[in-house]
Amino acid sequence: MQFGVFSVSDITRDPVSGQTPSEAERIDAVVRIAQKTEEVGMDVFAIGEHHNPPFFSSAPTTLLAYIAGTTQRLILSTATTLITTNDPVRIAEEYAMLQHLAKGRIDLMLGRGNTAPVYPWFGQDIRQGLPLALENYNLLHRLWREDVVDWQGKFRTPLQGFTSIPRPLDDVPPFVWHGSIRTPEIAEQAAYYGDGYFANNIFWPKEHYIRLIRFYRQRFEHYGHGTQQQAIIGLGGQAYIAKNSQDARREFRPYFNEAPVYGHGPSMEDFMEMTPLSVGSPQEVIDKTLTFRESFGDYQRQLFLMDHAGLPLSTVLNQLELLGGEVIPVLRKELAARRDPAAAQPPTHAALVAAKYGEAPPRQQRPNANRGDNVTGASPYQDTAPELSATYPSL
Amino acid sequence: MTTGDSWRLAVVSAGTSDPSTTRMLADRISGRVADLAGRRGYPIRATVIDLRELATEISTALVSQLTGPRLRDAIAALAAADGVIASTPIYKAGASGLFASFFHVLDNDLLIAKPVVLAATAGTARHALVVDEQMRSLFAYMRTMTVPTSVFAAPEDWADPALNKRIDRAAAELVLLMESGLAQRVRDESWRSYQHEFGSAGGTETGIELDSDLMRLAAGGSAAGGSAAGGSAAGGQPDEAPPAAGESTADSSSDGRW
Repeated sequence: MQFGVFSVSDITRDPVSGQTPSEAERIDAVVRIAQKTEEVGMDVFAIGEHHNPPFFSSAPTTLLAYIAGTTQRLILSTATTLITTNDPVRIAEEYAMLQHLAKGRIDLMLGRGNTAPVYPWFGQDIRQGLPLALENYNLLHRLWREDVVDWQGKFRTPLQGFTSIPRPLDDVPPFVWHGSIRTPEIAEQAAYYGDGYFANNIFWPKEHYIRLIRFYRQRFEHYGHGTQQQAIIGLGGQAYIAKNSQDARREFRPYFNEAPVYGHGPSMEDFMEMTPLSVGSPQEVIDKTLTFRESFGDYQRQLFLMDHAGLPLSTVLNQLELLGGEVIPVLRKELAARRDPAAAQPPTHAALVAAKYGEAPPRQQRPNANRGDNVTGASPYQDTAPELSATYPSL
Repeated sequence: MTTGDSWRLAVVSAGTSDPSTTRMLADRISGRVADLAGRRGYPIRATVIDLRELATEISTALVSQLTGPRLRDAIAALAAADGVIASTPIYKAGASGLFASFFHVLDNDLLIAKPVVLAATAGTARHALVVDEQMRSLFAYMRTMTVPTSVFAAPEDWADPALNKRIDRAAAELVLLMESGLAQRVRDESWRSYQHEFGSAGGTETGIELDSDLMRLAAGGSAAGGSAAGGSAAGGQPDEAPPAAGESTADSSSDGRW
């Protein structure tokens, strides 16, 4: 089981101090938050992607590469990478590069994005968001697995003889989570490819998620990737912790009341009742988090939202101390005791390499020589299979 | 949804005082419906949805997508209803914002083909056409079977026997539509030709269609050439089986639905 933190990258006024951090301050803070996530013994840090204020994370691979360079164990991920408005070719290139620099300590979560103007800013149409996401991922999946790709689709210019560089580390593509809260097609795509499925289970009655996750598990088995228990599931959560629940509620309430998205709406108590938010003592957060497994079955990754709504850095770091020090160790123990031994292990690069190669050494691609036209000819790598030779577009 | 020997009626009132004329009007229609249905051998089980009590949950749902427990109960009552009476005060040449907001947060497909009586009260007869010119279009959007007679009551109407005639007419129209079973037949025969999302229709729409262009695209097919947004049958075909694809298991039924 992997535990971690995901950040939306919002830059929000602190309702208690009245201060709004600058972009520079917030970017520095999130680097510190990621480092702290590792220091307190958690496994994953994930960052969102946005292209408008009041957010800062427009270039997640740059941020994650820096964090990778200053951490040792932490898996870097996204929440989410926009599979609609990003060119899948750029996703393939950027995240493969990040994967090399981080020595495999990365994966990514794909989402469609729900900020309507972002689509036209990047030349896309939100009404085509779902087929765009599905087609883009079909291409991304191939770009990481085939040395030479010929491809034609509806939304992107065709590719002939294209090789996405660098090839994934050890020729093992980054693990992919498909984030979705209400779209069976996304669950189907995750199941078809044997990828992970992530439900940020906020807002909807959990009966709907239970059904969607069950669908994903059954389709995962249907497509021959393993049993339903071996399907790979991640869940979102949100917590604010203090030694006792009165202090937790008193401290968090002003941030809750003015939070983006749900602030000025439901009461904090109603929101806790209806969503995964826990505000309370370590034991209360533990108890609530344990109910997730009862609802959804054994799962592989739990991410918590800890740094939004204007919470100052010092508070967030203190929250991570409590989360990593008093909540996660108990959750690890309790969940390990309840876990079905047949359930999937959480995805790591080392596990994927072992699954692909066993004891054999992983493939290391070495390009053929540049022929003088900046390409390596029909066979890009010294060990590219002859039947994969490229056909270049004629000019 | 005819439940054998009784009919379920959902009565939505956006009146704010207690008692309110809006609620009174709804109750009079509801009482008349119960009379007429009873004479035909169908006792009525009426659920009153007083929007005043749901006001904060409705505004929360509008701004944050969160559906509170009372709102969820109201949605369940509407989903189960064989007929609906929807009654609102008119304040400024339009239905109460509370009434409009309630129907705005409902799923588009919750009320498809259900028989509905529209009713409204106002402080002046100058609001009389709001029911037919504004409210009727909202219910047309929701694909309800709105009865031909709508019931409007300004202060002077409460002293006019003609109001009772209109109530009788609207109630008779509603009862005949309920008796016809039209809503159920539309749902039985044509439900899939309306737009639905996973979890819509008050959470009842959780069947998953596997035989669609988008599902084929999700499973490695192609969007090129077909109408990828759904609709046309000329979509992509799955390119190939995934690695180690197994036989169809018991989870996917033979008609391509899950």
